[in-house]
Amino acid sequence: MPDSAAAKVRTNQEQRVLTGTHFMLGDHACAEGALAAGMDFFGGYPITPSTEIAEHIARRLPALGGRFVQMEDELGSMAAIIGASAAGARSFTATSGPGFSLMMENIGLAAMLEVPCVVADVMRASPSTGLPTMVGQSDILQARWGSHGDYGIIAYTPASPQECFDLTVRAFNAADKYRVPVFIMMDEVVGHMTERVIIPTADEVPIIRRKGPRHPPGEKPFLSYEPDEDLIPPIAHAGDGYKVHMTGLTHDERGYPALTAEVHDKLINRLVDKIRINAADIEMYEEFGTEDADTIVISFGCTARSARQAVNQARAEGMKCGFLRLMTVWPFPETRIRELIKGGKVKRFIVPEINLGQLRREIERLTQLPVLRLNHAGGTMPVPNAILELIRS
Amino acid sequence: MSVTEQVIQPAADIHPIDNLLRADRLPHILCPGCGIGTVIHGYAHAIAASGFDENDHVCVSGIGCSGRAAGYMNVDSYHATHGRALPFALGIAVHNPKLKVTVISGDGDLTAIGGNHLIHAARRNVNLNVICINNFNYGMTGGQVGPTTPLGARGSTAPDGAVEEPFNLPYLAKATGAEFVARWTILHVREFQDAVLRSMQKTGFCFIEVLAPCPTSFGRANKIGDGLHEVEIYRERCRIENGAPNLQDLDIDLIDENKSITVGNFVDIERRPFMQ
Repeated sequence: MPDSAAAKVRTNQEQRVLTGTHFMLGDHACAEGALAAGMDFFGGYPITPSTEIAEHIARRLPALGGRFVQMEDELGSMAAIIGASAAGARSFTATSGPGFSLMMENIGLAAMLEVPCVVADVMRASPSTGLPTMVGQSDILQARWGSHGDYGIIAYTPASPQECFDLTVRAFNAADKYRVPVFIMMDEVVGHMTERVIIPTADEVPIIRRKGPRHPPGEKPFLSYEPDEDLIPPIAHAGDGYKVHMTGLTHDERGYPALTAEVHDKLINRLVDKIRINAADIEMYEEFGTEDADTIVISFGCTARSARQAVNQARAEGMKCGFLRLMTVWPFPETRIRELIKGGKVKRFIVPEINLGQLRREIERLTQLPVLRLNHAGGTMPVPNAILELIRS
Repeated sequence: MSVTEQVIQPAADIHPIDNLLRADRLPHILCPGCGIGTVIHGYAHAIAASGFDENDHVCVSGIGCSGRAAGYMNVDSYHATHGRALPFALGIAVHNPKLKVTVISGDGDLTAIGGNHLIHAARRNVNLNVICINNFNYGMTGGQVGPTTPLGARGSTAPDGAVEEPFNLPYLAKATGAEFVARWTILHVREFQDAVLRSMQKTGFCFIEVLAPCPTSFGRANKIGDGLHEVEIYRERCRIENGAPNLQDLDIDLIDENKSITVGNFVDIERRPFMQ
């Protein structure tokens, strides 16, 4: 690469990464995370409370050589980001519940085609139009099960603007690494919160790109769906010369429709297993006080901010209370929770969340121990005292 | 020579478009008398004549019989969800403007479930070529009526005849901003091929409606008999009028034998290309 070209690439990367300490909105931090991760195609539709992500990217992305397209609806947004990714883009969209529902159709397509893409869902009180400007956390199960059929996905749950940045970078890397749709499940409080965000230098932003073909085009047929040992196949893009075929129909290793029960069972098991067997690599959580705890509070997103204060207060009062904050809800860190149960000290879990028990259901699945709930259907977040009272009970 | 090289070396007597078809996917799923194969043939010839590298051609389809077209093309090809071929193709075309992206799909896919994407892609003037195979019904699901079924024509969901006014697709495409608008039938093989070729030379949104028989579903329900019979109707009743001034008069009535079907290249204009 000539020096001038190298300098140009460097400049672009430096412009992409707003290195420094900022006082930044969560939605903007998410957008900056996407830019720092090299996102170069955004297709989206305005929806509260995620709109600031699209607006920020509309301001920043074109100057960096990327494309921002405001689509006609979320059906189109999701289809467009899959198409762009199939042509090699790191592609992104941002939405909230009603739009997330419309995206479900093509989220299934992305899972089936194994085309990497990232969706930020800034959760508001739902169902339907619900409370558009007010907080909810009730899309958690939709993120896992929203499209028809079985498939694996990854979902991050940031609890601060800093994590909106950090986990968005991670989301792009995970999408490429595992060839899956990845969700950043923000909530309205986190998306509309302004806090300190420290953005590292461009060199310090980790970038993991998807695996490509290992032979030149034309040498032999390229198999879009021949997995490596990690169950993830390399991907070739439109225009690369490999003449790929991708279909949402059940397909064989060439990508050709193969409409048999045997091929279907093998394919769908791999789509689920490629996340399951790599779960330890993907899962992220923060934990403290769990080693001797008889009560463990499990939470995520903005609710975890109240829960943290409640647990700190309980511990200051001498109670044996631990805290487990999920930064990925999917894959659900069930290995760690099983370990905590197996340790024998835990007598109960407390799960505060802004829905009617979606995360609690996952924990009840793993244990006979009591799982105390603190739910609100949405519009407000639980205050620390409410959680503290439950810990004291 | 290795075994692999032997496999991909074309034989001396190969047909000019053999390399553009996925021969390893044959036989195809289409019924006898179906018009989709002729459309695929025309598209392949247009690719060969286009002057663009094969590797720069991309084909995207939606769902249905016509949605299977992409799967038979030996170019980068994508079989998207029902109605979403256009926004999927937009993502490809916008990210890599070098590519010549053609969407081949059916009337139901593009104008019913995908109708909103169609009018917005045309409005934006995205660099896409759309080949809309109009067989007047939903063939793959067994002959239900759709937004292009002529008034009075029968389908399994309109046993007494369609009661809704159908779309006039060239009129719709022109009104929403397409740079190039044509209607041909699979009888008009060369004219259709030339229209596809013309759309490949343009940098905006191009829309070609191509009428095609569906003897199994539409023909049988409407006493049209086999595929050849419908092609005979095209021959008897089609009137070529390139540049036809009144696109609002281009409604199709397959049942009334006295009404002609206007075909031709209707619109060929320049507009500002999307994102350029």
